[in-house]
This record gives sequence, C-alpha cells and structure tokens, in this order.
Amino acid sequence: MRIPCPYCGDRDHHEFVYRGDAEPSRPDADDEVFAYVYLRDNPAGWLKEHWYHAQGCRQWIIVERDTRTHEIAAARSAREDGR
Amino acid sequence: MSRFSLFSLARNALFRHQHWQPTWRDAAPRDAYDVVIIGGGGHGLATAYYLAKLHGINSVAVLEKGWIGGGNAGRNTTIIRSNYGLAGNAPFYEWSLKLWEGLAQDLNYNTMVSQRGVLNLFHSDGGRDAAARRGNAMRLHGIDAELLDQPAVRRLAPYLNFDHARFPIQGGLLQRRGGTARHDAVVWGYARGASERGVDIVQNCEVTGYLRDRQGAVVGVQTSRGRIRAGKVGLAVAGNSSRLAAMADLRLPIESQVLQAFVTEALKPVIPGVITFGAGHFYISQSDKGGLVFGGDLDGYNSYAQRGNLPVVEDVCEGGMALMPMLGRAHLLRSWAGVCDMSMDGSPIIDRTPIDGLYLNGGWCYGGFKATPASGWCFAHLMATGSPHPIAADYRLDRFASGYLIDEKGQGAQANLH
Repeated sequence: MRIPCPYCGDRDHHEFVYRGDAEPSRPDADDEVFAYVYLRDNPAGWLKEHWYHAQGCRQWIIVERDTRTHEIAAARSAREDGR
Repeated sequence: MSRFSLFSLARNALFRHQHWQPTWRDAAPRDAYDVVIIGGGGHGLATAYYLAKLHGINSVAVLEKGWIGGGNAGRNTTIIRSNYGLAGNAPFYEWSLKLWEGLAQDLNYNTMVSQRGVLNLFHSDGGRDAAARRGNAMRLHGIDAELLDQPAVRRLAPYLNFDHARFPIQGGLLQRRGGTARHDAVVWGYARGASERGVDIVQNCEVTGYLRDRQGAVVGVQTSRGRIRAGKVGLAVAGNSSRLAAMADLRLPIESQVLQAFVTEALKPVIPGVITFGAGHFYISQSDKGGLVFGGDLDGYNSYAQRGNLPVVEDVCEGGMALMPMLGRAHLLRSWAGVCDMSMDGSPIIDRTPIDGLYLNGGWCYGGFKATPASGWCFAHLMATGSPHPIAADYRLDRFASGYLIDEKGQGAQANLH
C-alpha cells in the first residue's frame, strides 16, 4: 500500500504512523468523551483516516481509503480541515 | 448420526467406504426459531451446540453467509493456551483449555488437540521479571506455568539463536498444557454435535437487517434466504461485528484490522509446540502436516480486505530470522490474513446489547481461536439464562464507559496497539 503524501508524493505506508478514523473530534461535553474515545463506525468501505508521515515530512494527513480493497482515493494535509 | 469408532471405521472399510453419511445436515431455513445465531464459525457453532446440549434449546439456527468455518476459523494459527494474568481473563481461558482437553471425547470427533507446550521466551532481566510475574499470576489461578532458564530452553529447542548480540535468550515461560488444535475439525465437530441435536445450520444465508417490534426489540432477521423470526438473536461474527451492529444502529468499541499468517513447506518434526519471540512480535508452531506456521503483528490499520501488506511480512520474517536463523532455509508456501475484531482494551465482549433480543459475542482481537469452546459455553449460558456466566462476567459491553477495562497488555484505548 502506497500513500500519496501531498508533500512527499507516493510513499510506502511503512513510513507512516496510523491513528485511525479522522471523523471523531474532541467534544466539549464530558458525557460525549466516552463515545469519542471508544466508539467507532468501523465501516467496510470508504473511510477517512489520519496518517502521520513520521519518516517523511512529519505532517498529519487525511487519507480516504476503501477498507475492503485498500484502494486510496485521496490524501490531503490535515491542516486543510483545521485539525 | 452414527458414532465414529474403530468399529465403525472397520465396518465402513469392509464396504469400501461407500456408506459414510454426511457429517452434518445442510439445512434450509425455517420461518422461526427460539434462537438465531449469526455466524457459522467456531464460536457460533459452539454456542449452538452448548445451547442444545446444556440448556435444552434445540430450536436454533446458525446462519452463515458463506460456508461454515470459512471466516476466521479458517484463518488463524490454531494455538490454544491459557497463559493470561488478569483475573477477568485467566479463569475464562483456563476453562476453555479444559474444554479443549476433553473436546474430542465430548464431540466424538477428532479435534487433534496437541498439547506440546507454549513457550514464551524472554531476552532481558526485565523480560524475566515480567515472565515470572505472569507465571505466578497463572499459578495463583490454578494454571500450569514453569519458568525455564536458558539451559532448559536449549534442551527443548537447541536451534534457537541463544547468543544473539542484542536479544540473547535468557529463558522462557512454559505452559506445557498449551499447544495447537485442528481448526476445521473444531468447526465440523461442533457442527456435527449441534446438527445431531436438531440445530439447523444454514449456509449461503447472509443477514441483511433485523426485524424489530414496536418497542424496538429485535424479533428476527432479514436474510438473503428470507425472513426468519427469532426469540433471541446472537452475533458471533468477529471481524464483522461493527457491520452487524450498525444494522441495529449500534456503534461498538471495535475496529476491524487485519492479521497475517504464514506457512512453509512441510518439514520433519522440529518445533515442539509453540515458541514465541520476546523481543519482537513473532510466534511459530509446526502443523501436523509439518508446515511451520508463524505470524506476528497486526498490519495496524482498519481493513476488511483479508489480505495484508509487505511491511508486516518483512517485520515477521525479521523476527523469525532473529529468533531462529534456520528458518531462512525454508520455503514459504502460503500467507493469508484474517479480519480481527480489535476491541479497545484487547479483550472480548460477551454480553447483551442495549437492544432487547440482541446479544453480542465479539471483540476477540487475534485471540479468538483458543477461546472457541468457552466462548460458546458462556454465550450459550448468557442467551439461555439471561445472565452472564461467572467466568465471562467481566466481558461486559459497558466496561468501556464504566472504566472496568481488561487491558492485558496495558496499552490503552487504541485498537491497533493490542
């Protein structure tokens, strides 16, 4: 699996650290923390996820990937989402 | 169905093996059952077997979208063990191992349980302390454990890389009762036992939704082979738990991730039992056919693809070569991957869900095979009696909210770390 890093280009996924689903964002209310930390949609299909290019540009990127085929549709800097 | 015995083998041999009957009944679904189990793997079939055998519930269907044993039951490394340290885990896995020990007799089906030992190596003083602590915790739970020094490990497996410059082998923690079993025999053994007691095993039957009543309770399933009403519905679909839960608008503390395994060409007997590397993630055993079966870490990202990527292949092979340099002379025959239900604390869930009529057995991470008998035993108990079995009482779905996690590895709330 090669990830098209917006800064470095196509790189082996070995260079990246995986963080997971990019959708959950830290909630303000205490009673939503449990869902934020533990619950996942875990779809079989397209998933937006955070990868950190640890052995490259050291930027967080958001990758759109199909969990059934490992096909990657897009990758962009996480900064564009204001994260 | 006839019993297997030396006598039945001899009788069938006389008739040139023309009269063997099918091992279990491939059923068409009826309109309604007391209990519907979704998932015809080891766990689902074991649940059906114990529901019928121990609780007298015979109106049971096991629905399988493909063929039985075609999911993770056929994609694991067949290791059985109970070397756990936490109170929530140890009694459960020990009961599972005890069931394994009598399984072939109970099922009248050769499950090929081979207790040749599970040896966890350590390579540092800190590793020795951790192994001693785990071994003591096991013995306090009444489980066998032996701390071996280096010469003792050398006698068991002289070909290991004892003098590795960075990870010299200092010893190991041995559970002699651990070992391996035959994965498809387990599935077929349970299927035969369940079928014999009236359970319908329905293949090529994919669940596409639930039937709900006005209060929202689950009262059946919609499948590719029609609607089936059910008093209770149980999920035993580890790998796909989130997908089946989502059909009931339920989100789980689970991510599906992929774990690879490998097998070499068949060799003469060389590896006694299971050996694990303590300085990286690598474990190896030898199948009855002679192939060396080994694996390592998760790939580390969400996947339903049932295949992995090269970095983990490289990592596993590096671990193997560091531990057992002779491995480099063996030809790799096959590799495969299974989709694992990675729960956020690394431990399973056997519990009712917030939805009436829907029960969950999942989150097995990559340790589901060894748990098969006890998982079925406890899930059957939960579904039949409505209350959790004492040895599985900690595998609650709400433990993630209440804070009573069972974090055997102490890694925290991230699925790919367990």
